[in-house]
Amino acid sequence: MTGPATVFDKPTDYIGKSIPRSDASRLLRGKGHYVDDIQLPRMVHAVFLRSPHAHARIISIDIKEAEKAKGVIAIYTGNDIAKHVKPYVGVLSHLPGLRSPAQYPLALDVARWQGEPVAVVVCSSRALGEDALELINITYEPLPAVTDTLDALSSESPLIHGEYDSNLAWKREVEVGSLDKALSGDDVIVIERQMKFGRHTGVTLETRATVCDYVPGDDELIMYYAGQAPHMLQFILAKHLSMLEENVRVVAHDIGGSFGIKVHTYGDEIATAIIAKLLKRPVKFTADRLESFVTDIHARDHVVNVKIGVRKDGSIVGIGFNDFTGIGPFSMYPRTSAIECNQILNLTGAPYQFEHYQAVGNVVFQNKTLMCQYRAVGHPIAMAISDCMLEEAARVIGMDPVQIRKKNLIPDDAYPTKSATGMRFDDLSHHACLDKLLEIMNYDKLLSDQEEHRKKGIYRGIGFVSLVEVTNPSPMFYGIGGAPIASQDGATVRLDAAGALHVSSSVTEQGQGTNAILQQIAADVFGVSIERVKVTTGDTATVPYGGGTWASRGAGIGGEAMLQAAYALKEQVLSTAAVILQAKAEELDIASGEVVLKSSGEQKISLGDLAKIVYYRGNELPNDLQPELIATRHYRVTDFPFVFTNGAMAAHVEVDTNTGLIKILHFWAVEDCGRVINPQLVDDQIRGGVVQGIGGALYEECVYDADGQMQNASMADYLVPMASEMPEITVAHVETFTKTSVLGAKGAGEAGTGGAPAAIMNAVNNALSPLNCGIWQMPMTPERVLRALGKI
Amino acid sequence: MKAPDFSYEKPNSIPGILSLLEKDELECQLLAGGQSLMPMMNFRMATPKTIVDISGVSELSLITDTPKAIEIGAMVRYCELQDSDVIQKFCPLITMVIPHIAHPAIRNRGTIGGSIGLSDPAAELPAVLLALDGKVEVSSNKGIREEPANKFFKGIYETACSSNELITKIILPKALPKQKFGFYEISRRHGDYAMAGVCIAQDQDLTVRVAFFGVAEKALRIASIEKVLSGNSDFSQSIIENAQNAAEDIQFEGDMNAGPEVKKHLAKVVLERALEGIK
Ligand SMILES: Cc1cc2nc3c(=O)[nH]c(=O)nc-3n(C[C@H](O)[C@H](O)[C@H](O)COP(=O)(O)OP(=O)(O)OC[C@H]3O[C@@H](n4cnc5c(N)ncnc54)[C@H](O)[C@@H]3O)c2cc1C
Repeated sequence: MTGPATVFDKPTDYIGKSIPRSDASRLLRGKGHYVDDIQLPRMVHAVFLRSPHAHARIISIDIKEAEKAKGVIAIYTGNDIAKHVKPYVGVLSHLPGLRSPAQYPLALDVARWQGEPVAVVVCSSRALGEDALELINITYEPLPAVTDTLDALSSESPLIHGEYDSNLAWKREVEVGSLDKALSGDDVIVIERQMKFGRHTGVTLETRATVCDYVPGDDELIMYYAGQAPHMLQFILAKHLSMLEENVRVVAHDIGGSFGIKVHTYGDEIATAIIAKLLKRPVKFTADRLESFVTDIHARDHVVNVKIGVRKDGSIVGIGFNDFTGIGPFSMYPRTSAIECNQILNLTGAPYQFEHYQAVGNVVFQNKTLMCQYRAVGHPIAMAISDCMLEEAARVIGMDPVQIRKKNLIPDDAYPTKSATGMRFDDLSHHACLDKLLEIMNYDKLLSDQEEHRKKGIYRGIGFVSLVEVTNPSPMFYGIGGAPIASQDGATVRLDAAGALHVSSSVTEQGQGTNAILQQIAADVFGVSIERVKVTTGDTATVPYGGGTWASRGAGIGGEAMLQAAYALKEQVLSTAAVILQAKAEELDIASGEVVLKSSGEQKISLGDLAKIVYYRGNELPNDLQPELIATRHYRVTDFPFVFTNGAMAAHVEVDTNTGLIKILHFWAVEDCGRVINPQLVDDQIRGGVVQGIGGALYEECVYDADGQMQNASMADYLVPMASEMPEITVAHVETFTKTSVLGAKGAGEAGTGGAPAAIMNAVNNALSPLNCGIWQMPMTPERVLRALGKI
Repeated sequence: MKAPDFSYEKPNSIPGILSLLEKDELECQLLAGGQSLMPMMNFRMATPKTIVDISGVSELSLITDTPKAIEIGAMVRYCELQDSDVIQKFCPLITMVIPHIAHPAIRNRGTIGGSIGLSDPAAELPAVLLALDGKVEVSSNKGIREEPANKFFKGIYETACSSNELITKIILPKALPKQKFGFYEISRRHGDYAMAGVCIAQDQDLTVRVAFFGVAEKALRIASIEKVLSGNSDFSQSIIENAQNAAEDIQFEGDMNAGPEVKKHLAKVVLERALEGIK
């Protein structure tokens, strides 16, 4: 066989091995280069005045005093900025009916969430800018704040957008089979619950930040950017600032975490670009932690009324639910704030076989920070709906939670197949993952431990989740709906005169190790030592065009493009070598930076020598040979809308029934992400994801009062899990390669976040089951646990 | 989140500090470990014109073992308290409590004087001071006075130390061989301010002092609980229950993580657990 499929015919040097990331040494030495590290000549700072009200009419803005303050260069109000921008609307055509008004970078007449930018001071330093903010005098007329998602839909609710008849942004209904009829069967046990999922946010170590620079002669705008999708932002800036796309350059250096938070269009960042253009000088905006909490997108925020019907033998008859998602006052541009709800409708119950499904999603405007895509979009909700209800059903009918799973999970030999909701699946392994999970966690021993402890009044619980994860999306995710978001990615591989490889890719590095796996793939496929591969990502001026990193697509899509490009360059080099060596290309190979004889491994010419002949001494080559020592390939998923992955996870918890505190004793995750390119990086992605899932399950919540004021916008009050709260997390893999690519890799980055909350809620409810109570709200705070127990 | 402009002074003597405080009482603020003051300044909740760094005065950093008492300088840091043999021997309650205050990075800077001077309702050391029936030495240009612990804490962020005064020492009676101490706190994450906590000291004559933190507007002793517990060498289940019932006397104040009812419930839990662990 010829072509890239042969890449895996022989043992790999790097792919599949825990090669340390080459950038780790630099980053650990403190030599990271983040946006806030950038200092440009004549650079000034944009400092935003933000609405203290969740909903208020802006009557007047008086900037006279502030203009005189030390260091102030300019002050702009919402209307000043609006003149220089085409407004944006967060809707997509494949989400029919979704509505959201036009948005401007700063509020115009009405501020609609606490934290919405209202004015901006441009100043010589951030600190002086904050002084000047105190001198801006704004008269607000407070309007009633719409905060509760369910109340927002009542006919009495104030309207956030006068032009709409209600606060509903979008509604979607899915009906498969006939649930009501099926659940009314005599042999069907129906269980109903209301589940609630609080708002939380991504809390990136590096906050959102941008430096924008404008070069007047070239009409070029350069945005230094801490985000995930440089080409998307390039398009957005060009479109809304009315520039030529080629004159907008977006550059991402090191990024300190993103988690989906930084893949959206933020008014303060767009305004910073506009100001750079207006002042023709570099402008920096770095969100501080307070700004991050009230302006970074929030996630989740659901109330779900759910029912499940099972038979005595544990088989699922059907699942139905009505989800209400609060999204803040606008749908975020350009990905929209309806995707989270849409994912829940698509994914709930996806690991299981059942016939009847009825789901309604309501996406609701509120006067809170915008809600949008954060790591594992919709997944934790979808998995909790089906898996927590499934384990509750098991408790009701007296069945073991593992048995009820085995009864309902789609068999491993059933693929390709479809879920009840019509999702197309291939290469999944629910049973293999569950079996491996049971093996590594020693389930039987945990059960006897649980018995022993219960006798002593200690309540331990074991909970599971079987999950699917949307990864490697095709154009069916965003592109189809008109979003400027590429689903394909490109990779370029170039041999330099010293025999080293320079590779670039349109996927991005946010700290998760994308660059490291690109290096591994290129080195392995091409045949050089990994130290000789230099990687460039994140710069629209130099990398191929592509989507960036989100939806767990970096390795699966970006990695495949790199594999194809490295393979193509190898073919090109070998055909050149064949001429130089007067051999047949098929008989040659590249290994450790040398062109070798395939049969014996004998070294014939080093890549450096070959490149020097090509670059410097072309006179030694036949005139009809014009060697290409650079290759670019692109890749997109064509066979499926998404390449799903699956996994199984379990949590072991102890609930202190007097304090309501929950301690996670151990967590296990078995993940099938197809080919594992770097086990350590994948394991740490799973672990990091699980920790964010623990955050959502137990700690993290953006707490709002009835007036729409966020109560805990600081790291002291918003609780993220820290080292003491992180349990041992054991990770194992089942590898079912996806047939959609040669590389065979699916995504892995979001699984932990998607699965952990359901497993933890199941474990807590398992612990509480002898006390005949349960908890159905996340985060499961001590107060909520105590209430569930009837202690308060 | 940037502090407005301020000037910075670092006197090298106590009189030097006091004269700055006298001169500019309203505009000045003392800086000890900075673990509370600096965030408050960055949030612009505190806007002093001048901060007076008190870390330049070496006598404020001394732990002194006198015949009657242990005197701890206001600038003694949590980490120094934790590592001190004298403290371990004569103030074992402090050694029990310190690991629950924040995290190592904060304990490396934060001071006993800062904690006592701030009077955060959920802070541990004010309750320790109350349970040990200690005293606070307060200095000003007018002289030095000692405030007993039970008169020192006035309310949320409010103490008997006024803005022209400096806490110079915390004076604690030395633990006697048969004295026993108990401590328990509940926080959502390790190192967070407590949702509820209690410090207990039982004297040789079986007098018991109980000081709660994190449940009301300030750290406070509860006389009715002390009455139930005093005179008992062991705490039977029924004594514990009576003490728990007496805890209902507390004026509970809720916070973000726990409403007043939760505080009431947790106060009883910490009381029981501290009594069970007393040694
Ligand atoms: C993340 C985090 C977690 C924390 N968790 C806890 C916790 O669990 N428990 C806890 O108790 N604390 C906690 N703290 C607070 C910490 O203990 C503070 O350090 C302490 O409360 C103040 O001490 P400081 O030396 O830092 O004082 P500073 O911040 O320097 O000063 C605090 C206040 O006291 C005044 N002051 C300082 N010294 C004197 C003096 N000698 N005389 C008069 N007034 C004085 C200052 O003027 C200021 O108003 C936490 C802090 C952080 C940042």
